[in-house]
This record gives sequence, structure tokens and C-alpha cells, in this order.
Amino acid sequence: MSLRNRELANLIVVGVLTAIGFASVYIARQSVVSTASLSYAAFFFALYLAAHLICRLTVPSADQYLLPMAALLTGVGVTEIYRLGPGDAFRQGLWIVVAVAALAVTLFFLQGDYRRLESYKYLFGLGAIGLLVLPALPVVGESVNGARLWVHVGSLQFQPGELAKIALIVFLAGYLREKREVLAQGRLKDFGPLLVIWGGAMLVLVETNDLGSALLYYGIFLAMLYVATARLLYVGLGAALFLAGAAGVYKLVPHVRERVTIWLHPWTSHPVPCAISGKPALRQDCASYQLVKSLYSLAHGNWFGTGLGKGTFETPSGHQLIPYLNTDFIYSALAQELGLVGVAALLLVYMLFVTRGMKVAMLADDGFSKLLAAGLTFSFALQTFIIVGGILRLIPLTGITLPFISYGGSSVVANFVLLALLLLVSDRANRGRG
Amino acid sequence: MNRQIARLALLGLVLIASLIVGTTYWQTWASAGLADKQDNAIQVVAQLSVKRGKIRAANGQILATNRRKRVGGQTLYLRRYPQGGLYAPVVGYSTQSRARAGLEESENDYLTGSNTSLKTVVDGLLNKLRGETIKGNDLWLTIKPQAQQVAMSLLAGNCGAAVALDPRTGAVQVMASRPTYNPNLVESNFSKILRTRAPCTPASPLVNRATAGLFTPGSSFKVVTATAALDSGRYNIDSRFVDRGYCVEYGKQVHNFADQGRVEAFGPVNFLQALENSINAVFCQIGQDIGERSILNAAKRFGFYKPPPLETPSSERRPSGLYDRANRLFDPTEPQQVDVGRLAFGQGPATAHPLVTPLQMAMVAAGVANQGVVMRPFVVGKVTAPDGSVIYRAHPHKYKRAMRPSTASQLNEMMQAVVTGGTGTAAQIPGIKVAGKTGTAETGGPGTPNTTWFIAFAPADAPTVAVAVVLQNQTGVGGTTAAPIAKAIMEALLTPGSNP
Repeated sequence: MSLRNRELANLIVVGVLTAIGFASVYIARQSVVSTASLSYAAFFFALYLAAHLICRLTVPSADQYLLPMAALLTGVGVTEIYRLGPGDAFRQGLWIVVAVAALAVTLFFLQGDYRRLESYKYLFGLGAIGLLVLPALPVVGESVNGARLWVHVGSLQFQPGELAKIALIVFLAGYLREKREVLAQGRLKDFGPLLVIWGGAMLVLVETNDLGSALLYYGIFLAMLYVATARLLYVGLGAALFLAGAAGVYKLVPHVRERVTIWLHPWTSHPVPCAISGKPALRQDCASYQLVKSLYSLAHGNWFGTGLGKGTFETPSGHQLIPYLNTDFIYSALAQELGLVGVAALLLVYMLFVTRGMKVAMLADDGFSKLLAAGLTFSFALQTFIIVGGILRLIPLTGITLPFISYGGSSVVANFVLLALLLLVSDRANRGRG
Repeated sequence: MNRQIARLALLGLVLIASLIVGTTYWQTWASAGLADKQDNAIQVVAQLSVKRGKIRAANGQILATNRRKRVGGQTLYLRRYPQGGLYAPVVGYSTQSRARAGLEESENDYLTGSNTSLKTVVDGLLNKLRGETIKGNDLWLTIKPQAQQVAMSLLAGNCGAAVALDPRTGAVQVMASRPTYNPNLVESNFSKILRTRAPCTPASPLVNRATAGLFTPGSSFKVVTATAALDSGRYNIDSRFVDRGYCVEYGKQVHNFADQGRVEAFGPVNFLQALENSINAVFCQIGQDIGERSILNAAKRFGFYKPPPLETPSSERRPSGLYDRANRLFDPTEPQQVDVGRLAFGQGPATAHPLVTPLQMAMVAAGVANQGVVMRPFVVGKVTAPDGSVIYRAHPHKYKRAMRPSTASQLNEMMQAVVTGGTGTAAQIPGIKVAGKTGTAETGGPGTPNTTWFIAFAPADAPTVAVAVVLQNQTGVGGTTAAPIAKAIMEALLTPGSNP
């Protein structure tokens, strides 16, 4: 079977799984949702097929598992978003159409040779910072949940940080490919442009309180620097700098201090000062409310979960129990309904995606492609770790999206662009092999 | 670069694998602990989506059922108590915030279908797979509604309690406590319950006085003393005494109960007459003769010093026995710690005063009635699964042998004399032989209100009901206040249909 036929077969399996997901939500929530839910499955299957045909045309030799895995994660995400709120699922569906279009555009434009991106690396670097600064600008910027991450133009909301991440990875791949030998020798002068652009990104992120992304960018930077130079010393230095920086930020920024307190002690037995209400309250009823309620959601899922559509996310009076359930906390919703068995399977899909992405990086035969694929794949893994690890109290919680699954247009579009770039690298590497 | 990429790949995989480990921790290891957290609203809703089993009286009358409410496409079941406060002392309540009391608390596993019988586990799992509502099991109590109604209405306006048992099996037929509370208000208007007014302070409407109320037994305790005396072999029903109207304790005179200000001295009497007329001086002499150890051992053979067995929560059952100044249960080790003469008629100084629950006193009456054997009390007769099949049925169990059969038959005769010609004539039921014992406990000095008792069983030849009634803060005596209530309860149980 050719690679693309195998991809098609996998997509059919994904399509069936998505249909089963929507059907089970429909069965569990007949009173709330309509039979339209079943047409969603057909719609997504059509979308997957379209993406598949684009791949046939543009990247015939690309890895055959990346697209089906992305489709599976997107399908699971949109099913859960649908279960939580059919209206959001409709908007998310539209965004997925946009995302597939973005995938098509990326593939068509770069099918000749994506490596020409390398010559625009500084443009991408500056573009990344520009995108990051956008939300901080007065007219278009908007603050959500204490962090200025959003741009809105008219009724359209966009979180440019997600695309900035990809632009930054393109910059890093280009710059590091060019300078890797001299960087490995430790010539300080060559670090200049790197530190300017990367430092600028970090500054903007800390300034806008987007701690999750700051952590993500820092990790991506260190990882790609290591791949390029093979010097663990830089990683050690970077980690030491990170710890020093984190300690400084902890001392200076109350917002960060609170995050750490919530992480270490989400439950109190005595009332503590509560910034939200201004009155003393138990921390689980105030600052760590979200985290604690999300943990209850996980715990309720147990081994096998409540089943799609049968989870509990509302109080008897109809109040939403967990704020930001379909974006930052979609993992705890999934964990409750799918159980440990379900979300462990989901995390295994993430692991497979990482494996395939890194394989693409290893098969590629030029430095830029290797760095690009490794950077993109590692960003995908690290982002998953930062948000889910935050929910699981492995690290302090910072709100970023779960790749392919969370509700949010910019996130989905950015992830499909990331997928397109991986497919391009893979296609070229495999074609070279014959 | 591939070496570095491979290492980076490994790091990425380890990061995500750590998420699987973390998720496993929360979803399995920590799951039960989180489910018990008070602020776990998911657990609240999840439990409300279980169709909790009904609680029914012996005749099927519904005491606790559910009200359906649809929220966000989910059906929730909220508790409703059609009988209001009538059964609250034993049934208890179950609220959305998972506060529970009574059988609603202790039998929660049965009621939510989470008891661990293989059949219910399998059924529950199948239901879950089918997406069906989890249904709990129904409790069928042994309480007889008609008699319960009688007891609760006669206790109304008082602080007190009544318990009726079938002495042959231990089945609880009446468990009444006043003041009571409306369990439907626990969630919506708890402050109204707290404002309950009653002729006693604190009113404590939420306390089941039948099992958790501790009262001075007074002369009703003479049945225990008589048991010890007869069982010792040193006395029998015809033993002779001389009543001078008082007995000497620590060099001071302890007088007979002063009925209407006149202290009687009966002169020469036998044991039967001493119980019939509840002569303190005679029991004082007996106590001094047989000793506190003998009396307390007899009490323990009735079940004293242990919370009486019942299906209600252990926090709602308190042991009877001697209590010390700090109101802690107290088992004396030295004779001088106890005023044995007063103990013999159910009184005592603050340092060692007897306190009993109505359930324990009903067990005393039942022990005498059942030829000396106290049966283990139970109030849940059977449990039925949603399909109607019986998954639990109570079987009578012997709890303790309280006395020799010959002691029981002599006491039976003596207690009949109390009703036919002694202090308990108000409990006479035409055509039925009743045996009983009054009690009037002084809880303060002269002129302060009494705690009054009547314990009884009937028909005396072949008893099918044993009862204990207690009333707090009475100006009358046991024979005039508690005895008529005990009589009405026994009548309701012995002659169903005749509603007094």
C-alpha cells in the first residue's frame, strides 16, 4: 500500500471514531442536542478527505501517520467541545475549515522548496515579536483572565502568540543552521541576534503575564540550541539562568507568587485572604478554585470515565463548575468522561505524534529541516506537558492550549500550519530516499 | 545532529509519559480522597443523579422518596419526606450537600446501590454501560405506622421518647422522639429547625432521644436491681422485708418517694409488694446487700455499657450506665465510688449517676418478657432491589441472656402486680394482661420537674410487645404521665384497627 493510501485508511478509521464519539454524545444528551450532531461527523470526515487530497497533490511522500493523528486529536477535541456547548463546536468547526485551508495554503506555497523560508529568518524573528506585541497595543489588544493575549479586529478574536511560536521556530532553525559551528565554539558575538530576538520575545511574554508561553519559548530555545550545537553546557547554563530568572520573577511579580502558592497548597483548612472577593476564604474556594475543581473532575473519571456526554460539569442549579473548561481545562473534561483508559490512550497518540515528528527530523538531510522539524515537534510535546502538567499539579498551572484539542481558532490554525511544515519536511526527506 | 534529536525525542516522550503517570495518580490513587472532599461539587451532583432507594414503613407506607429535577439534560433526584417529622428520628435526612443523619446516613450504601453484594455490583455496572440511571435499593422498616402515629401524637408538646420492640424478635415497632423536625426543611430552612421550641432546654430537635437521649431511670431501674437480686438466688418473689419508710445511707436516712408530700412506710412487705408499690427503702436494702457489682453486672447482661445495637449511625446511639461528674461513661472499680442504695432505685450522686436511653429500657422490658433473653434490636426488616427482589432480610438474633428463666417468670408476675394494683394501674388494657414498671426520677431538688418513665410488656402470658416511654420535665409521676402513653402504644400494636 502506498503511503497516501495508508493515510486514507487511517483517516477512515479516524472518521469512524469521530462518528462514534458524536453518536455517543447524541445518545447521552438527546434532550439537549439535536440529530444535527450526527451530521458533524460527516462534515469532519469530508474535511479530513479534503486535507488528504491536498496531501496527495502536494506532499505525496510525506509521513502517512501525522495527518490521521492530527485529525484524531482534532476530532476528539471538537467532540468534547460539542458535548460542552454545541454553539462553541460550530465556531470551532468553522475554525477547523480555516485551519485546513491554512494547511492547504502552506502546502501549496511551499511545495517547491520550503527551505527558502530560511532566507527570511530575520523577518520571521521580527514578525514573531511583532505578533507577540500586538495584543499589548491599545486598540486591537484585549486582556482575558489577567493576560493580554488576544487581538480582536471587529468581531474576530485572535491569539497571535500561537503563530508567533511557529515563526520563532523558523527563525531559530534558520539562524542556528547558519551559525551552529561558531556557536558551538562559544563565540559570544554570534549569540547577539539570537539573544536580541529571543530576549525580546521573553520580555513581551513576561510583560503580558503569559507565563505558560514564556516557559514554552524558553524550552524550545534551549532544545533547538542543544540540537544545533550538541553542547549540554548551554542547556545547563540556560537552566541555571532560568532558575535565577524564575526566582527573580517570583520575588517581583505577585501574580507568579500566587501561581506557585496555588500549585503547592491548593487546599487550606483555614480562611486565607482572597483577592477575588476581598474577604477571607478557603483557598479552594478562591484562588485555587479552578485547579481544585478540575482535579475533582479528573478524580470523578476514575478508570473508565463517566462516558462521553455523561460527565458532570454543572451544579444542580446549572452553574458551570470549571471556568475555561473547553480551552485550558479541556483535559480535565476529557479525563472525567473518558477515564484514565481514554486519556492515557490520548496521551499515547501525542507520544506517537512526537515519535513521528522526531523521525521526520532524523530522516531530513539538511540542518535547517532537521532543526525545523525537531523544534516544531518538541514545541508540540512541551506545550502538551505545560498545560496538562499544570492541570495535574506536576508544575504550576499556566493557561495555554492543548494542541489540536482545545477550543480556539488561532490554536487550531497554528497547529495545522505546524502539521503542514512537518509534512513538507517529511515529503522532501522521503522523496530524496526514492 | 541525529544523536541530539534522538535525545530530544526521548525527553519529549518522557514529558508526556509523566502526564500518564500523573493522570493515573489522580484518577486512581487519589480519586477516593478527592471524592470525599466537602467542596467536591461534582460528587454532590453525581450522587444526586443516583435514584436513591425509598424508605418504607412495615406496611409499605413511603417515608422517604425522591423529587425529580432536570438540570442541563441530567435528571437529578432530590430527597422528599412525605411524612414530615413523624419518622425523622430514625429515618434522618440526606441533603444535596451530603449532610446525612439517621438511616439515610448509615444505610447510604444500600440506598445508593453501592453496597457490595455481587448482584448489585454487576447490576450497577450493566446499568452504567447501558447508560441507565443508577437506582438504589428500598429499605423496609419494621416500624408500624399506626402505632408510630399514636406515639408521636401523644408525645407532642413534651420532650420525650418512646420505643416499642417485639420481644420475641427484637424488631423495632415504634421509635418516637419529641421534639422532632421536618427533614424537608434541613436544606431549605435549617434555621427554622434550630428555632424549634419545646418545654426543655436545649430543645435539640435533631437528637433522636430514643437512642441518644440519656435520662435518669429512677424506679424503672428497679427491674434491673430485682433481676440481680432474684438471679443471685438470695431472694425470691416471696422474700420478706420491713419497710420503715427510709433506709440509712452513709449514716443518713434516704426516704421513700414523697408522693404528694406524704412519705409512706409500708411495714412488712414481700418482694412482689415492694416492686408493686415501688418502695425505695426496700430496694435500698437489697442494693446494700447484693452490692453495686452485682447490679451493674445484671445491667450489663441487658446491654448496658455498650451502645445498643441498631442500624442507625453509631453517633446516634449512646450507651447506658453510670456517668461521672463530667458526664463520661464510668465503670466503677471500688465500691465506695458508688452510692449503691440509691443506684438500686435508679438514682445517684453527680459523681456516679445512672443514665439510660429509652431503647435500652425497652430492651430491659423485652428481656423480662422474652423469658430472660434480649433479642438484638433491628429496624430494617428487609432491603429490596429495584426489581423487587429481596437482597437482605433481617433474622432474629439472640443478643444477650439477661437472667435465668425462673427470674424472668417471677419478675413477670411482679411487674403484672404493678399494673393490676400498684403504681402503674393507668396502663391497664381491658382483656389483656399488662406487666410494667413506673419510674419518676428526681433530676434536681424537691419541687423541680421529674423525668418520668414507664416500661412495660404485653400480653404478659405471651408477650408480643415491649415498650419504654420517657418524658422530661414532668410535674406528675410515671404512673400518670408515661403509663397512659405506653398503654396507647401497646393497644395500637396489639389490637390494630382500634385507633384510640
